[in-house]
Amino acid sequence: MHIQLSHPSRTVDIKGPKRAKDVLRELNLVVEAHLVIRGDELVTEDEMLADQDHIEIRPVISGGT
Amino acid sequence: MIHSSMNCTKCKTKAVMKLPRHNAAFCKPCFNHFVHDQVEKAIKSQAMFGPDERILVAVSGGKDSLALWHILLALGYHADALYVHLGIAGYSERSYDKVQYYAKMIAAPLGATLHTHTVEQEAGAGIKELAQLVHRPTCSTCGTIKRYQFNRAAIEKEYDVMATGHNLDDEAARLLGNVLHWQEEYLDKQGPSLPASVEGFAKKVKPLYRLTERELAAYCVLNKIDYIVDECPMAQGAKTLLYKEVLNRLETESPGTKQYFYWGFLEKQRKQSATSAPATMAEKDQTILHPCMSCGQPTTAESCSYCKLMARAKSAVPH
Ligand SMILES: Nc1ncnc2c1ncn2[C@@H]1O[C@H](COP(=O)(O)O)[C@@H](O)[C@H]1O
Ligand code: Q46
Repeated sequence: MHIQLSHPSRTVDIKGPKRAKDVLRELNLVVEAHLVIRGDELVTEDEMLADQDHIEIRPVISGGT
Repeated sequence: MIHSSMNCTKCKTKAVMKLPRHNAAFCKPCFNHFVHDQVEKAIKSQAMFGPDERILVAVSGGKDSLALWHILLALGYHADALYVHLGIAGYSERSYDKVQYYAKMIAAPLGATLHTHTVEQEAGAGIKELAQLVHRPTCSTCGTIKRYQFNRAAIEKEYDVMATGHNLDDEAARLLGNVLHWQEEYLDKQGPSLPASVEGFAKKVKPLYRLTERELAAYCVLNKIDYIVDECPMAQGAKTLLYKEVLNRLETESPGTKQYFYWGFLEKQRKQSATSAPATMAEKDQTILHPCMSCGQPTTAESCSYCKLMARAKSAVPH
């Protein structure tokens, strides 16, 4: 599946089907700091993601001062 | 077909968001209800404002402050917004676009107004150049200007209270920083509701202190609030990020860590002021603050840090 990442903006490919939380783990990303969005729908980290899915993993932590 | 969906704790339809710290999962309507409820709890328990008061929300174009404006309007409060245009090339314009879009499409039809303060118009340069002129870090110059303009707009436009989008992660990270360095003098001012202690200071509140960054980002995604995902280019490497990362690692291992840490601190503070109460914060402020000789805003020095900054920038301008 195609995964869109930010900071910096890039895409990676990961073989599905796979649970969202396992995709995050594979990319070394913490659940608490990210959202998984399929198409334009938010999904939980338990969701099974498929090869044809369009996924965005969006960081939610902002820096501040 | 693999069955992978998890159900909403309340209504048993498919969940879109899990909240381990509350041992719950919610569908979109129940999640929105949860978020609104947390904000109402914050407003009431900290005596932030009432249904007839006028609120000025500082809106940056990021998820927290746009979500805050949206939530307050949804709850029926009189909430206008202030955007401070900092003049950061490539970033300020894009974040302003998000704010203007929201203001036009959603806030204006509900009768809410967007005010804008443009730093370059008043100071003659954006914050990056100003910071260079006065040889100070960009973020500290930026902080001085934002704090000053938030307060000034609230006072001049006669709002009852000024609200920012600080969330649980922001407050927990700041508390961790203050505790690690034992900066006790800052602990006093770390509550989510600061009274208008002296003439010239607006009351300041943080109605999102009960919600995490992840919950606020989810609220925006679910309600199609288009916010700026990119960070301010100056924010890289900030200490706050490290504290937030550490807290999130702890949160993942033991859900609820962030709220126990920050809410526990608030509870301790409340108990202490109820029993001892030597001098209230307002009394302390009244003894140390007086009007700035150039602008009149309260300060501990002769002129306030904003006027000092502007004076130094003016004298440094190459003619
Ligand atoms: N340029 C800005 N204009 C208006 N409000 C802002 C601006 N930057 C930050 N804020 C407010 O300050 C809060 C904290 O911002 P930050 O320090 O960027 O996390 C935000 O939630 C907003 O309420
Ligand atoms: S919250 Fe932040 S806006 Fe301003 S210049 Fe950008 S990072 Fe620094 S302080």
